[in-house]
Amino acid sequence: MKSKFLTLKRPAGTRVEVVEAGKGRDLVFLHGAGGHLQDDPFLAALATKYRVVAPLLPGYGRSTGEDGLRDMLDVALHALDVLERLKLRSPIVVGHSMGGMIAAEMAAIAHTEIAKLCLVAPAGLWRDDQPVVDIFSKLPFELPGLLFHDAEKGQRLMTAGRGNMEDPEFLKQFLVMNARRLGMAGKLLFPIPDRGLSERLHRITAKTLIVWGAEDALIPATYGAAFRSAISKSRLVKVPKAGHAVGQEKPEAVLKAIRDFF
Amino acid sequence: MKFTWFHLMPWPHMPDDFRQKHRSVWVDLPSKMYEPELGHIAYHQYLDQLEYAERVGFDGIGVNEHHANAYGLMPSPNIMAATLTRRTSKAALVVLGNSIALYNPPVRVAEEMAMLDVLSGGRLVAGFPVGTSMDTNYAYGTVPALTREKYAEAHDLIRKAWAADEPFAFNGRYTKLRYVNCWPKPVQNPPPIFIPGGGSVETYDFCIDNTYSYSYLSYSGYLRAKLLMEGYWKRIEERKVDPSPYRAGFAQVICVADTDAEAERLYGPHVNYFYNRCLHVYPGFADAPGYRTVKTIQTGALSQFTQAAARDYPNMTWKDLVDGRYIVAGSPETVRQQMEELIKTLRVGNVFCLLHVGNMPDDKVRHSTRLFAEKVMPHLRNLWPEYDNHDDRFWIHPMHEPVPTRIAAE
Repeated sequence: MKSKFLTLKRPAGTRVEVVEAGKGRDLVFLHGAGGHLQDDPFLAALATKYRVVAPLLPGYGRSTGEDGLRDMLDVALHALDVLERLKLRSPIVVGHSMGGMIAAEMAAIAHTEIAKLCLVAPAGLWRDDQPVVDIFSKLPFELPGLLFHDAEKGQRLMTAGRGNMEDPEFLKQFLVMNARRLGMAGKLLFPIPDRGLSERLHRITAKTLIVWGAEDALIPATYGAAFRSAISKSRLVKVPKAGHAVGQEKPEAVLKAIRDFF
Repeated sequence: MKFTWFHLMPWPHMPDDFRQKHRSVWVDLPSKMYEPELGHIAYHQYLDQLEYAERVGFDGIGVNEHHANAYGLMPSPNIMAATLTRRTSKAALVVLGNSIALYNPPVRVAEEMAMLDVLSGGRLVAGFPVGTSMDTNYAYGTVPALTREKYAEAHDLIRKAWAADEPFAFNGRYTKLRYVNCWPKPVQNPPPIFIPGGGSVETYDFCIDNTYSYSYLSYSGYLRAKLLMEGYWKRIEERKVDPSPYRAGFAQVICVADTDAEAERLYGPHVNYFYNRCLHVYPGFADAPGYRTVKTIQTGALSQFTQAAARDYPNMTWKDLVDGRYIVAGSPETVRQQMEELIKTLRVGNVFCLLHVGNMPDDKVRHSTRLFAEKVMPHLRNLWPEYDNHDDRFWIHPMHEPVPTRIAAE
């Protein structure tokens, strides 16, 4: 996978890292609150069949300019600006978790521009009887069990190539990275990941695939039905034995669902 | 030197197995633990103690703001300060402070603090904390990464509201008001302003730019505070402003008894209660991602509650706490020596004395307070003679002839 960079006029100082891999039809991937994994297995699987273009949100990786993005509208318009600059041909827009929330907002705002949408365990809705877990108060060691059905596998994927948590210098870098990433994510997800998307989902006209890990412990799979009923041309696929990071945990199954649907 | 007797007002009835049964003293501990009728007793005892502190000669009496917790029971410090305006007449009312990013609109703070200053005849010290992450983010829902921008805007609005003589429009990002018109206005305009900080350079500069006093509130004592305060004084030097010690304050847990051994016997259990129950904060609530700036994290400074979570308080003995100077405890002479060292090494003109500790009963609070006031404080008064022991910029300016308050029966 290779990175290229886009510079945007607004917000000032915005530079977007875009990871690219694979050949085929264009597919845009918008990551979740955790960013990309090292050698992300989901991106790798998608790249076997598609030309994957994965911009990183400011605050993530080498993308900058997060101070100028404060709310959902800022982020949705930023993402549409990035999409425009990428000059893709009728891409499938795939978003995971927070990225799914952003992709859904983009498709609701610019419904004439986004025709193919894939929401992988998207955030953005809230049900009092099935509350989404508060990721912001979780400690790092709790995350693999929350994000993966197979917590041990998740642990391996999440720590791969990331150094040693006992090393104070590494720990400081980790805290800075975490503060940047989740600090940015908090503008969309804290304290409750609802910025009014339910009022706008009806505007989505894209053909929409919704994918959920059947064992999602962060955003329960019941949210899938809510997205399914609110978006007219949509289908819901549940992947067994998979958690919230369904794309990383069962990349082949999610790839197959995308291939079958589009 | 200015000594402020500071009350945290903790819930004093947490059970012995609190640490085992609950992950946090803040944010998600069940409120069924709170018993209102016991709360009634605690509030009045605590307010009596603050009034007592004025009587024995403290320069200030202090309250603060916290939410959803058993560590400190003052969601509204202004209500507590309001009761004190009627029952005290000399002491500064140090409200440290109102978490200004939480008020909607923040003009509410300008109004209530003006009320307190008018009620007290110009005795308000106004504190503007960002608030802990537990309070500001988890209990009150402010988006962590936007907290500081919201704080800065609220600060500007409050200062303008106090300063303006005519209504004005305020078009902020977080607050939009067509008519800002602060009634009443404070007697002191503005009151002295204290900023609690935790080691970020941005906060040093904010205090220097606005002539505010920087207050470091820590429970790990003056030895560990030295590095942070040196950073502040270095910044003062770099910015070429005068190094008045009244530009800084420090909070310290203090226990005074007739002898060192007596101090351990009298206060040991209550100090243990404070460090092991009141400071038992779940690390996931101590520092929401985005709450502190990247620059501050890079300096390596941790919030006091992150520090508390990282320290091994359950296994620390009285001796560990005393020898490590987490607490200043012992005979009047021991306390005098250590307080002198604290004041000189940190270069502070303000000390926030925490003489009520954890679940300390009223008689012990008064005993420790009286010994400090009579046998320690007089010997510490003259530590900054070159400033004539006062800096007009950082202390209250009461009215010359306030109206005496009368009780209804008179």
